[in-house]
Amino acid sequence: MSVAVRVIPCLDVTEGRVVKGVNFQNLRDAGDPVEMAKIYDAEGADELTFLDITASSGNRETTYDVVRRTAEQVFIPLTVGGGVRSAKDVDRLLRAGADKVGVNTAAIAHPELIREISERFGSQVLVLSVDARRCPEGTLTPSGFEVTTHGGRRGTGIDAVEWAHRAVELGAGEVLLNSMDADGTKDGYDTEMIDAVRKHVTVPVIASGGAGKLADFPPAIAAGADAVLAASVFHFGDLRIAEVKQTLREAGHPIR
Amino acid sequence: MSKRVVVFDYGFGNIRSAERALARVGADVEITADYDKAMAADGLLVPGVGAFAACMAGLKTARGDWIIGRRLAGGRAVLGICVGMQILFARGVEHGVESSGCDQWPGTVEPLRAPVVPHMGWNTVKAPEGSHLFAGLDPQERYYFVHSYAVHDWDLNTTTDAFRPPKVTWTTHGEPFVAAVENGPLWATQFHPEKSGDAGAQLLTNWIITL
Repeated sequence: MSVAVRVIPCLDVTEGRVVKGVNFQNLRDAGDPVEMAKIYDAEGADELTFLDITASSGNRETTYDVVRRTAEQVFIPLTVGGGVRSAKDVDRLLRAGADKVGVNTAAIAHPELIREISERFGSQVLVLSVDARRCPEGTLTPSGFEVTTHGGRRGTGIDAVEWAHRAVELGAGEVLLNSMDADGTKDGYDTEMIDAVRKHVTVPVIASGGAGKLADFPPAIAAGADAVLAASVFHFGDLRIAEVKQTLREAGHPIR
Repeated sequence: MSKRVVVFDYGFGNIRSAERALARVGADVEITADYDKAMAADGLLVPGVGAFAACMAGLKTARGDWIIGRRLAGGRAVLGICVGMQILFARGVEHGVESSGCDQWPGTVEPLRAPVVPHMGWNTVKAPEGSHLFAGLDPQERYYFVHSYAVHDWDLNTTTDAFRPPKVTWTTHGEPFVAAVENGPLWATQFHPEKSGDAGAQLLTNWIITL
């Protein structure tokens, strides 16, 4: 008996629609989130993640409505992230039907938000979302990986590994590690980054960014990830969830 | 006629998920902390997320511990889920501090002993022979867990013939721990049937038909 490696499709949502662009630019419409959630559930997705990519400027009510409608029809765990700034936001998402909530930029500015959320709702609801990249020339953090904001366009100088470690100490129950270098490239996950974070946190790590072909998935697990997340390869039908799971099984990893 | 189930709303659970999952399998569900309704329902579901001590305090404020005890004394079904299962045990230990539970079963809820915690994701279980809760489910089936604490030792001595022994289901994350219990009218799961897809729906159906 051991817990299965999770395969998680991520739906980037704006204005109630699913989108996914290369490196978060040039957005393309890929459908209705509720319908896609049902399809992914039927195809064997272990969890779903919604990322509200226009949350900072858009109307949050559309997101709550999408979460509510999804949770009425899909009976697997649902994580919602994007624009979460306060415990009140978390409360509203949980009430709408989210099981876990991703926190990113707001926690960088106010790390105590992590403690506040975890003390009130439990660590298990709080996913720390880290958009990280390899340090560009001229800058260096101890691990060589840096936290970014604004969809990877802006460096913070904060060490990604130290940040993940600190966030877990503050109460984050899981780390969603998104490589901004790999995101949208379809060249595979950044396994060095996964390995670096895995060695310094004891909570589950979700690998994100770079999945393009079936062979990309097992190395992410081998590097220490507990789950693999992908978006566009699933939305556009390049890969099916069942194929990814079969590939992981053949590599010797337990799957559902 | 569909069975009436109350999802006990004491402020510490994913009550909507539980409500939807029960409605999906045909129960007539109400979310409430109302004493009379909780007592009168065919089944009482006690959810729970977060910390043991906080959940127990919330449950007591809503007189949930009392309601659970009175229902069980009358042979009326109660189903605890996740922390709603944990608080049925005698005590919980969090950050070295011990607090009392409902004490329906002996045993201590303590931190999981595993390299990666929380235990988050789909795991298999080992159900005992004759389990009603897992009836009709494949032994390789997986259920969704998300928790950092568990009961590693089942202490209830039922070796005398006077007891009908409880059915205890186990799983392993680092070390073996209790995944589910069926004990007369009191059933409980450490995992989340309401988030366990079709397998979870079957499991809830298995509970509903006993009501």
